[in-house]
Amino acid sequence: MESVMDWQVFLNDDGSGRTYLQWMLEAWRWTLAVAGCSWVVAMVVGALMGTLRTLPNSPWAVRFANAWVELFRNIPLLVQIFIWYFVVPKIFPAMQQVPGFALVVMSLGFFTSARIAEQVRAGIQALPKGQRYAGMAMGFSTAQTYRYVILPMAFRIIFPPLTSESMNLLKNSSVAFAVSISELTMFAMQAQEETSRGIEIYLGVTVLYAASAFAVNRVMAFVEKRMQIPGFIVAGGTGGGH
Amino acid sequence: MGGLDLSFFSWEIISKFVQKGFLFSIELTAVATVGGILLGTVLALMRLSGVKLLMWPATIYVNVMRSIPLVMVILWFFLLVPSSFYSYLPDGANYRSEYSAAITFIAFEAAYFSEIMRAGIQSIPRGQVHAGQAVGMTYAQNMKLVILPQAFRNMLPVLLTQTIILFQDTSLVYAIGAYDLLKGFTTAGKLYGRPEEAYLLAAVVYFALCFGLSYIVKKLQLKIAIIR
Repeated sequence: MESVMDWQVFLNDDGSGRTYLQWMLEAWRWTLAVAGCSWVVAMVVGALMGTLRTLPNSPWAVRFANAWVELFRNIPLLVQIFIWYFVVPKIFPAMQQVPGFALVVMSLGFFTSARIAEQVRAGIQALPKGQRYAGMAMGFSTAQTYRYVILPMAFRIIFPPLTSESMNLLKNSSVAFAVSISELTMFAMQAQEETSRGIEIYLGVTVLYAASAFAVNRVMAFVEKRMQIPGFIVAGGTGGGH
Repeated sequence: MGGLDLSFFSWEIISKFVQKGFLFSIELTAVATVGGILLGTVLALMRLSGVKLLMWPATIYVNVMRSIPLVMVILWFFLLVPSSFYSYLPDGANYRSEYSAAITFIAFEAAYFSEIMRAGIQSIPRGQVHAGQAVGMTYAQNMKLVILPQAFRNMLPVLLTQTIILFQDTSLVYAIGAYDLLKGFTTAGKLYGRPEEAYLLAAVVYFALCFGLSYIVKKLQLKIAIIR
């Protein structure tokens, strides 16, 4: 192994007029973009599928959503990315126009949606039955009951696991390197190759990943605090008994 | 329609390319599960020991591992383990990626298993600890004979679920080119000019295995829940 650390490597030109530091920050933006867009997909689809799984009197909706969860949960993310990237455009030529970034967002978003749907279902089922009856007693339709009574409470209950899923999503975005999205992991592998300064490069990237995950954690914790209903969350969830 | 043609995938091709990778994926999962649970239990005990000198390193280790993407950890270990190390292992020169993957997965999964074991140990009522102390057991005896067997049993479904996730994660050795199940399929696919079909078949195999295993875990969970 060569001498100790050489942090100057980040100031070197990468051959295209930008420094490795600039390249790394660009890659960081890609990581955040992939993770951010996938997060939106995952939350929307996950909330929808999780809700469908708890619908009364709609066995086919329940079956469909259950199948969705099993399908996207039981195939490795890397394989799912390859399927979206290589197989889907081959079967549906129209998909060839879709940029790679969008395909990765779909794979990561749907993969995570299965896990979020599982949390949402658990959250809804953890609510006392009376909540649903209360909605009915008010004369709400099923949709209204979910919109005004069940979902606002369920989402507050499942906030802590949603926080860890969000952090997982950010970390999982690293798999996008496999289809040449120029995000942090891709940068780390290429810059390591070019500079032979793997330790410095990997340390830089690792710190950015850890910092991003921590930021996600803090933002979610802040939202969780703001969303809290006094007297409700303590009973429902995280803190443990007194 | 582009159209897929799965017909070329014969048993001969499977046994030639996929079997080797499949065996490695299973081996890696087994090694990482056993090693990860052992190391993870040690880490959990360290964190719960109350001795600061043991508690802090274990806590830092677990939290650092859990905040880095697995792919990065795989790359880290591949970079950091000196190549001379592999020369001591059987056929180490040819299987550097595979050995490196095994070390990585033990080290990485230990962090996750340790959190499961910590929850398991904490789920045992304090009375059990006192009971062990009352009959004169040492700390080690108490852990080995009273606490850990119960913790392990309570956490068995969670440990198995983690193992299924682990099995899926082994596909990430793609980053260092180890020859696993996915690599077996992609190699065959490239060689015969059918990469798309190969990815599809890989997905089917992973799905069948993981779906089947999680079904078994679900059944087991019900069984354990009734006994408790």
